[in-house]
Amino acid sequence: MVWQTYFIEFSYLLASILFILGLKGLSHPETAKRGMHMAEFGMLLAIIGTLMHFEIVSYTWIIVGLLFGSTLGIAMGLWVPMTAMPQRTALSHAFGAFAAALVGIAEYYSYTHGFKPLADLDHVKMGAMGFEILLGSLTTTGSLIAFGKLQGILPGQPLVYRGQNIFNMSLLAVTIGLFIYLIFVPTAVIPFYIMLGLAFVFGVLLVLPIGSADMPVVMSLLNSYAGLASAATGFVLGNNVLIIAGTLDGFSGFILSILMCRAMNRSITNVLFGAFGSAATAPIGEGQQGVMREVGLEDIAVQMAYASKVIFVPGYGLATAQAQHAVRELANVLESRGVTVKYGIHPVAGRMPGHMNVLLAEANVPYSQLYELEQINPEFPTTDVAVVIGANDVVNPDARDNPSSPIAGMPILEVDHAKSVVVLKRGQGKGFSGLENPLFFKPVTGMLYGDAKDTLTKLVSAVQHA
Amino acid sequence: MILFSIITPIFLLETSGAMTGAAVIAALYVFALAAFLGYQVISRVPPLLHTPLMSATNAISGISLVGSIVIAGGTGPHHSKVAMILGFIAVVCSTTNVVGGFVITDRMLRMFKRKK
Repeated sequence: MVWQTYFIEFSYLLASILFILGLKGLSHPETAKRGMHMAEFGMLLAIIGTLMHFEIVSYTWIIVGLLFGSTLGIAMGLWVPMTAMPQRTALSHAFGAFAAALVGIAEYYSYTHGFKPLADLDHVKMGAMGFEILLGSLTTTGSLIAFGKLQGILPGQPLVYRGQNIFNMSLLAVTIGLFIYLIFVPTAVIPFYIMLGLAFVFGVLLVLPIGSADMPVVMSLLNSYAGLASAATGFVLGNNVLIIAGTLDGFSGFILSILMCRAMNRSITNVLFGAFGSAATAPIGEGQQGVMREVGLEDIAVQMAYASKVIFVPGYGLATAQAQHAVRELANVLESRGVTVKYGIHPVAGRMPGHMNVLLAEANVPYSQLYELEQINPEFPTTDVAVVIGANDVVNPDARDNPSSPIAGMPILEVDHAKSVVVLKRGQGKGFSGLENPLFFKPVTGMLYGDAKDTLTKLVSAVQHA
Repeated sequence: MILFSIITPIFLLETSGAMTGAAVIAALYVFALAAFLGYQVISRVPPLLHTPLMSATNAISGISLVGSIVIAGGTGPHHSKVAMILGFIAVVCSTTNVVGGFVITDRMLRMFKRKK
């Protein structure tokens, strides 16, 4: 080996270690920043190392690409609002996966057009390349569809049609069939490009039937696929740092998908193929449960002002109303009156894992006040007012009490155990899943209709004058 | 210990060239150990930090940049123009991912404070 090779390999080795240490830092908010700096340094090392590659003929396009990408990345990183974090993450999954797919296509092209010895394109290499291209391309289009849904460009409702699952499954079967054929006959160029095209199409079809409320699972899965595509790239190029970083990403996404599914008491298959929340599966409300009690802002303000403990339960509505700062203001006023304020965060509240935590952190809510489901549920019986802001399914008591409910068994935040519940809601309509929520009809619950941000701001001044 | 078991196979692999049987096995070792280690490390991340975790792992997996760089630079005695163009687009995509991912992760983590 020439000296550059040692240098490159050593930089990759250091980068791998720094990546692992970086992720280890994320086990606590106090060590997270330092961890990320390590990972960033590792990335820099790996890039510098790669630039030393003795085979590189021209640096022009590399430099242009690096500069262009950095500008784009910095712009996206600095200006994307926290409420748009799910969209941005979806987009970056698409970018990462697309890059992996392109590397695979470029490699395949080089082999089949005589730029690299065709003899090197053996079954193993073709297998790795196939994985890379399949995962890469289906994640690219899948993530773009997820982005479209989150951004509101595409309808958030699941798009379903008759025979959808059978059609998708057959398409997938054909794609995998082509892949297996290619492993045996790597030089079959036309099947290769058909496989590529089908994988792009399958990505679209995979995400279209999934409703916005299931996005946390989809985001995690796409995260996992994007990582595994990178790992497959590592196998193709014989590059260990790619394998390690890609696998870390892949497993992180995998673990998150499992956590998200558990938080909804559903299987991944059910999320992917169940088309939850579509007109077809949403049960018709059983004409149930009497009236919702609308309460006055002043009454609630007084209740809160003289409470000893208030728990806020945020949902996606908090993000759409951009109400995180207003919540924080209300909490400030309450705390100055000696009220204990806590936040109960359901794992699937929002559109991606941890979405609510980031929003509240942005509004300067200290993370010591953010509680997970298991921690906060025992506290509701001693809570004077539980305030539900733009959340619905995650506080639906049917999940606990009604075994025939579509969300039966899903762990919920048991706000109905609090002495009083206030639900901030845009209108009288049902939640995203189209399910009736018996919480809204309970005698303990009062409804406050209107824009969450607006209502919260009014509550701030009302509490101040209480 | 775990780190060492990952490091060892790294020296067994050459940077380029066809994958020999031994190299594939070594790569599978790396994959399996990284998966195991990833599971251990990531299951310790609290739900509080799940969004930063996702954007961080995303940025890290942008390491496919190193593969794109080599392709965009046109390696080999006779390199392909098409491959270079694809490599260039891949460099732009993964750089955006790496830089954007890290910038935004930093931005998020700076917001997490213990006390007011």
